[in-house]
Amino acid sequence: MSDKLALDVQNLSVSFPMRGRGADGRRRALLAVDNVNFLIARGKTLGIVGESGSGKTTAAMAVARLVPKLAGNITIDGIDFGTLDNEALRQARQRIQIIFQDPYSSLNPRLRAGEIVREPLVYAGETSRAEQDRIIDELFEAVGLRPEQKALFPHQFSGGQRQRIGIARALSTRPSLIICDEPVSALDVAVQAQILNLLKSLQGQFGLTYLFISHDLGVVQHMCDDIAVMYMGQFMEYADRKSFFAAPRHPYSQALLDAVPTIDIGAQPTGGKLVDGEIPDLTLPQTGCRFASRCPHARDVCNGGVPQLQDWPGSTGHRLACHLTGTFATS
Amino acid sequence: MKPAADSAPRRGAEIVDKAQHPLREMVVMFLANRAAMVASIVLSIVVLAAIFGPMLHPVDPFEMVWAPFTPPGQEGFVLGTDYLGRDMLAALLNGGRVSLTIGLVAALMSVFIGISFGALAGFYRGLVEEVLMRITEFFQVLPTLLFSMVIVALFGASLEVVTIAIGVVSWTAVARITRAEFLRIRELEYVTASRAAGASNVTLMTRVILPNALPPIIVQAALMVGSAILFEAGLAFLGLSDPNVVSWGQIIGSNRPYILDAGFTVTIPGLAIFVTVLSISLIGDGLNDALNPKLRAR
Repeated sequence: MSDKLALDVQNLSVSFPMRGRGADGRRRALLAVDNVNFLIARGKTLGIVGESGSGKTTAAMAVARLVPKLAGNITIDGIDFGTLDNEALRQARQRIQIIFQDPYSSLNPRLRAGEIVREPLVYAGETSRAEQDRIIDELFEAVGLRPEQKALFPHQFSGGQRQRIGIARALSTRPSLIICDEPVSALDVAVQAQILNLLKSLQGQFGLTYLFISHDLGVVQHMCDDIAVMYMGQFMEYADRKSFFAAPRHPYSQALLDAVPTIDIGAQPTGGKLVDGEIPDLTLPQTGCRFASRCPHARDVCNGGVPQLQDWPGSTGHRLACHLTGTFATS
Repeated sequence: MKPAADSAPRRGAEIVDKAQHPLREMVVMFLANRAAMVASIVLSIVVLAAIFGPMLHPVDPFEMVWAPFTPPGQEGFVLGTDYLGRDMLAALLNGGRVSLTIGLVAALMSVFIGISFGALAGFYRGLVEEVLMRITEFFQVLPTLLFSMVIVALFGASLEVVTIAIGVVSWTAVARITRAEFLRIRELEYVTASRAAGASNVTLMTRVILPNALPPIIVQAALMVGSAILFEAGLAFLGLSDPNVVSWGQIIGSNRPYILDAGFTVTIPGLAIFVTVLSISLIGDGLNDALNPKLRAR
């Protein structure tokens, strides 16, 4: 089976050291990602959704080894990417590329568009100059840029065009995994649609595997095969798209969906519940469900132990981390 | 969304025409700055005079050729003679070579040291930054003139030692600017992108971050050439310069006792220093405006 998996992440945790010491005298550290597991099959897309600060970008950056991880195994293409070091890591980096959120700061202002796309090929060091030129031409066409535009500098492009350059760059080494870190949230709506459709069609064309980070459930519904809902460093719900959008089970997922603005005239405003309550302090060890402080269904049982992901009764693969799963399922 | 096939090449060509390298944009900006342009012309004349002057006016600046204190314009001496009856024009031309060379080499040296310290500190952070920046601060709080006098007194007043002494005391500003730029740029996403693409740390520092950090460093370097010339003049005035070569500061220093009897022997090299350093400062200012896009709208 493993040859069908593009990415296998086991028990990933990321912690950021903080200044000072806690009450117990130990160094304070913020556990931004706490023991998450996920798989992406080749050619598929996993979406990680969550609020700002939920740890979704941190988790993705840790997978790309751009943020040091505390623990966990990362396997890409059957290669143990998580333990590579120095030169071996540098060489392996071509297997995983990133499309960034901000199309303005993610392109080096001193390089022409063609050279930006060439950069990963040069670092990978496996192609001749002529071959690189051919790949660049092909990618410019694939992302809908004209060949003459290779000679332009980033500031001469619009936001959407810049994001196309970023996509071409991410594709250049034919990576096994592309991390899309909120690739459209800095773009206006019309351009968002173009870029999302481009990502979809490139996935079909090149058989790409995406790890798609977003806070926008509409975008995730359009793009992803599987969805993981993240809150305060842990997955609250993990399911395939159909099952998730048919019936989101976790109170947090339901609140997230409720918070999506709608233009239905008859729709009842249901928001408001989500903004109440304190968020837990991630520098301290967690003793209960981290959403309990904001959850409308919270009971005493919710503060007794950290809930683990488990299958929703009667389904396979629709998992949630909630102490009240049994209560919800029977009611 | 793609343009029709027949119109595509023409539209493309238009766009490529407009494709301006940021460098070209900068040059255009610089040329439009009148003060900087005049300063460039003046400085070019000074530099050309220093390079070719001694060939066109082949008189030994140390040779006594006429009566002392001949005023400028008399007896065929354009700038007169000094207290030993030596040709002032020859001294000025030969001194220009020395002053400009020292200024340039000392500035290059401090840029090199400063970039090395600043880049390593800003890129690696942590312990490396602590150590390098404490060293920088140590050099920063030393009284620069005194420190360079000590170096010259210890190692002898040769041209090389004077240059090194100036370079060693003036690199701290470059180090701090470079570090600040590195700290800012290393957090930008295109640096992360290059790292994710497999760039090594050396590549990131030298090929990705440094080119983007250069503008303020270039401005600082230009200004430093001016201050190095002034510094050398100061040392030479105090007699702490190679006695076997003329420099502008050294002419002023040796003619100092006669400032009231023959003011021109001090004023003329002083003017040369003033004009040169002022030009360099104006050019530095022009570069600053041209390289700093935030000021471009003015």
